[in-house]
Amino acid sequence: MQDGNATDTVVADEAAPQAVDLQQEYETSGVKEVLEDLDATLIGLAPVKQRIRETAALLLVERARKRLGLAHETPTLHMSFTGNPGTGKTTVALRMANLLHRLGYIRKGHLVSVTRDDLVGQYIGHTAPKTKEILKKAMGGVLFIDEAYYLYRPENERDYGQEAIEILLQVMENNRDDLVVILAGYGDRMEKFFESNPGFRSRIAHHIDFPDYTDDELFHIAELMLREQNYTLTPEAAKALHEYVGLRRKQPHFANARSIRNALDRARLRQANRLFQTATGPLDAAALSAIDAPDIRASRVFRGGLDSDTDATASQGPVTP
Amino acid sequence: MRLTQGTFSFLPDLTDEQISKQVQYCIDNGWAVSLEFTDDPHPRNTYWEMWGHPMFDNPDAAALMYELAECRKVYGDRYIRVVAFDATHGWESLRLSFIVNRPKEEPGFRLARQEMAGRNTRYSTLSYATDKPAGARYA
Repeated sequence: MQDGNATDTVVADEAAPQAVDLQQEYETSGVKEVLEDLDATLIGLAPVKQRIRETAALLLVERARKRLGLAHETPTLHMSFTGNPGTGKTTVALRMANLLHRLGYIRKGHLVSVTRDDLVGQYIGHTAPKTKEILKKAMGGVLFIDEAYYLYRPENERDYGQEAIEILLQVMENNRDDLVVILAGYGDRMEKFFESNPGFRSRIAHHIDFPDYTDDELFHIAELMLREQNYTLTPEAAKALHEYVGLRRKQPHFANARSIRNALDRARLRQANRLFQTATGPLDAAALSAIDAPDIRASRVFRGGLDSDTDATASQGPVTP
Repeated sequence: MRLTQGTFSFLPDLTDEQISKQVQYCIDNGWAVSLEFTDDPHPRNTYWEMWGHPMFDNPDAAALMYELAECRKVYGDRYIRVVAFDATHGWESLRLSFIVNRPKEEPGFRLARQEMAGRNTRYSTLSYATDKPAGARYA
């Protein structure tokens, strides 16, 4: 094969600019839009947004340095997202892919979301091709490994997960320019995972922790979800939802925004049911989209129980009527 | 003797960056790229051995470049080519194919003449490389 002389001359031919306007760069690259969109549509998550903004700043500066011919080293951007269920890890990963694409860090900007099943094979010799296939699919974009700690199963030393981890580490190191790997999972279990796989910890520069939402934030998220689906809350329903958020948090299997989405789905179900049973004449759009207090108050959460019947009494003690 | 089969074969060898750009062009056109290798470069030997499967759903050329690096590790002393397959109705065949790896020495071909009845002659092309058994041809 020949050496890369051709490309060197091309770069030298371009007149190197004397100065770079970061602000203008920020606006024209589309990064501004992504960050503003992030602010508008993602509620709360202040530390996460801060980290994303820092990453964007770093990449913009790197790009500017490159343009001025200064020494630059492409930063490693493999990340780990930790946080409780429903704190928006997947959503942010999707935005991250878009952002990195706008900044020119990755070429395509698609997100390949996988779990253990997609990487680890069933029998000897099955894992490597499977993992490589996924890695190839993710090249030019972002590979999002949800619940990454399942890859490592210490209780079974013949588990094929280790093989997948080795290939992952190798590609993360050698093909840094080709893909960004984001590992996601619950905080404590990810911590254990990193402890038993030190190679991962050293290759991942950015650890972003997703905090739980406050009650107010969850309420805003609920409002946003409803607005997207063209539903509205009556004032009483809004009050009921506020109470619901507070109560639901204290009950087991609370999954932040995901619990809220499920609650809203059930509220829509009850609303539809209510409309069917009570409506006597034609309904207008406002009636079809209004969620009222009874739709929310009918939830089991208000009676101290869990939404699922399974361990409602076991974990809650006596159910107050 | 330099083997001239496929696109770009009269140009100097493509650099990896140039290969990557050509491959990206193929992918952007919706063609599935794949790698094939052989140690028998006879022009009539159309079916080279496949290296992995055709990549139908990889949006980026880096995937093929990764496999190319793997393939060179194993078969760096053979011919390797990139093949772009167009699956759209009415085409369903190759759109582009070019050599991305050659052995250091390319022995070329000899012309064999067979004399027939009535001073007729039959000609055929033989690759010097195939004088040696498969696997030991470019050592």
